[in-house]
Amino acid sequence: MTDNTADMAAPASKGKSLLAQDARTRKRNAAETRFKAYGIAALAFSILFLAMLLFAIVRNGVPAFTQTFVNIEVELPADVLDKNGNRDIDDIKKVSTFGYNPLIQDALVAVTADLETDVADGDLKKMLSSSAGATVRNAVIANPDLIGQTVEFEVLASSRVDGYMKGRVVREDLARDRNLDAAHLDLVDALSETGGVTRKFNWAFILGADASESRPEQAGIGVAMLGSVFMMLVVLLLSLPIGVAASIYLEEFAPQNWITDLIEVNISNLAAVPSIVFGILGLAVFIQFAHLPQSAPLVGGLTLTLMTLPTIVISTRASLKAVPPSIRSAALGVGASEMQTVFHHVLPLAMPGILTGTIIGLAQALGETAPLLLIGMVGYIASNYPDGIASGFLDPNSAMPAQIFEWAKRADPAYYERAWGGIIILLLFLMTMNIIAIILRRRFERRW
Amino acid sequence: MSIMKLTATTAVLAALTATSATARDNVQVAGSSTVLPYASIVAEAFGENFDFPTPVVESGGSSAGLKRFCEGVGENTIDIANSSRPIRESDIALCTENGVNDIIEVRIGYDGIVFASQIDGPAFTAFEASDIFNALGATVLVDGEVVANPYTQWAEFNAELPAADILAFIPGTKHGTREVFEDKVLLQGCEDTGAMEAMMAGGMSEDDAEDACIEVRGNGITVDIDGDYTETLARVDTNPNGIGVFGLAFYENNTDSLKVATIGGVEPKTETIASGEYPVSRPLFFFIKKAHIGVIPGLKEFAEFFISDEIAGPSGPLSAYGLVADPELSDTQATVANEDTL
Repeated sequence: MTDNTADMAAPASKGKSLLAQDARTRKRNAAETRFKAYGIAALAFSILFLAMLLFAIVRNGVPAFTQTFVNIEVELPADVLDKNGNRDIDDIKKVSTFGYNPLIQDALVAVTADLETDVADGDLKKMLSSSAGATVRNAVIANPDLIGQTVEFEVLASSRVDGYMKGRVVREDLARDRNLDAAHLDLVDALSETGGVTRKFNWAFILGADASESRPEQAGIGVAMLGSVFMMLVVLLLSLPIGVAASIYLEEFAPQNWITDLIEVNISNLAAVPSIVFGILGLAVFIQFAHLPQSAPLVGGLTLTLMTLPTIVISTRASLKAVPPSIRSAALGVGASEMQTVFHHVLPLAMPGILTGTIIGLAQALGETAPLLLIGMVGYIASNYPDGIASGFLDPNSAMPAQIFEWAKRADPAYYERAWGGIIILLLFLMTMNIIAIILRRRFERRW
Repeated sequence: MSIMKLTATTAVLAALTATSATARDNVQVAGSSTVLPYASIVAEAFGENFDFPTPVVESGGSSAGLKRFCEGVGENTIDIANSSRPIRESDIALCTENGVNDIIEVRIGYDGIVFASQIDGPAFTAFEASDIFNALGATVLVDGEVVANPYTQWAEFNAELPAADILAFIPGTKHGTREVFEDKVLLQGCEDTGAMEAMMAGGMSEDDAEDACIEVRGNGITVDIDGDYTETLARVDTNPNGIGVFGLAFYENNTDSLKVATIGGVEPKTETIASGEYPVSRPLFFFIKKAHIGVIPGLKEFAEFFISDEIAGPSGPLSAYGLVADPELSDTQATVANEDTL
């Protein structure tokens, strides 16, 4: 200290004012200002990227949440749909969706009768999704009394028509397109003025099942969402108890020797292992060795459990360590056993940290695609709703990130929009989980 | 200790669930990503029209699919493998080794392979097989001598082509499409330019010459795409000079961003492929495990539905998506009905 005052006094005595900065101070202050500027620039840069990313996601994804429908009145003649006339459900089921297509075509001809168009009657169906036949058939099977009547249906428009309504498809693009002509668009324009073609909020996208390559307009992420939920249940039920038990033992009871050191190093290493490696492990152990069913959320959940465990163990141990030793000493001092100390005093205090770590681990597992590629969860998988809890775990299903990946691969450009829409839903899930983690931490965190 | 506890718990759980796993009631399909769209269209229509659950279709490539198909017989193995190439002796040997003896081969139709480029890019509108070989082959014939490919621009060997840098995105070796590209384009071009003759005159055996013919340049001029056509499309979208290899159906769904080139003056269309005028096409197959018929509910019904006239015929949804209908579809229908194995 004395040296310092001597140094500072020395320049002052040479006639320099304390208030005027000397060259070295200016240099140091300039360095500090520069460093702050770098920090702000880095922050601005990352915020810019984040904004660009969010903008792209929202711009590309929001159209997936609306869908174009066409209203048609379909005549359901009894001599086509129920030849024997006894309304036997098995007879009615014999008429396939292809049998309904001529009826739908007639309905379209009727709708466009007053409009001038060059489109041949047989080509009118290009305006509609190929799911129209199934829509009508399902309604008839659910209620056979409809046969013989003329019923109004709201059927999906084809993905090209939908794209036109959303501005994704423009007329010039259709010059060489086999799926739709510009003449169809004139009809769509005329019909949307009279309310025959409407654009509505698309619940089927959020709740529905995946669709085949030729029907992007029908595809939804609902079944894949259920797949994700069942997988997260497996991950939560396994990784939380196993992870917490392992960390409590390691942190509170295990002797400090080379074995526990080795385990510790391995856990840290496992946390850094790329997720695809866990996918290969899951394929080898759960499917090829244990013969669990392919593409099942149970297998996905087990694989993701392996991936999440190290994250949970590390965060749990950190929050156990953060509980001050005085708490333990006090508990032991009043005669609590070691186990009572842990369960009555240490664990409750560490709980917010453990839960936060678990939720963040789950969020990471929810967004993971790579391991799922290897255990058969990518493809045309998420097409059936599970029948119950057991089938939810064991029947083939996809997961949200795998479904997004699959949609992004498909040929029809309309699927690209669905993929972005799926990203929005996945992000909402992740955001909710992270907000819960933050709230838990804020509410229950103790500071010493 | 805890690691042991962990593995023990997991093992017990796995054993418990394995024994309680219920019998599978849905058809499982895996294999070629080219057949995947068609299989998904059929699976969806099957689920709508029958009381069976919708079959599950995975992709992964023809070879990967056949490998999984040949893993054995039983609920935990797939019932149908999609393939964009015929089954090989090596596949059959693997199958036999694992007890998969009776395989039903079903040809669903034909697929065209097209060369397409960015719609606003240079005028790549007409190719001959020899052009593709000269541009992409590792060794080509220049002035009567077989040399390492010296060309950097298309116009250097064919003045009718644009003076643009050579760049091609071709399917990776795990794709069935690669084999067709090699056999019907590179090998053909090799023979047409006389390079093959010159190689054999230079002392190579016929097999060696064929291998040399189908070798591509690599080095950033030919890029293997191991993913799907969407990846090829993304590459072509960012490289105006790039030529991509696509399936006909994929091209027809993306006519707003791609323009297609004729091969030998023939435009790729379902009609020209069906008639055989367009040279670069291949049959598409799926293979059924006969031992699973009667065990997995709906398997035979699915196979019969797949190749029925209303699905795979010229006016069915598969044809509308881009499949070239098989003129001999009735023979295939008979094969499935009688369960005739290979």
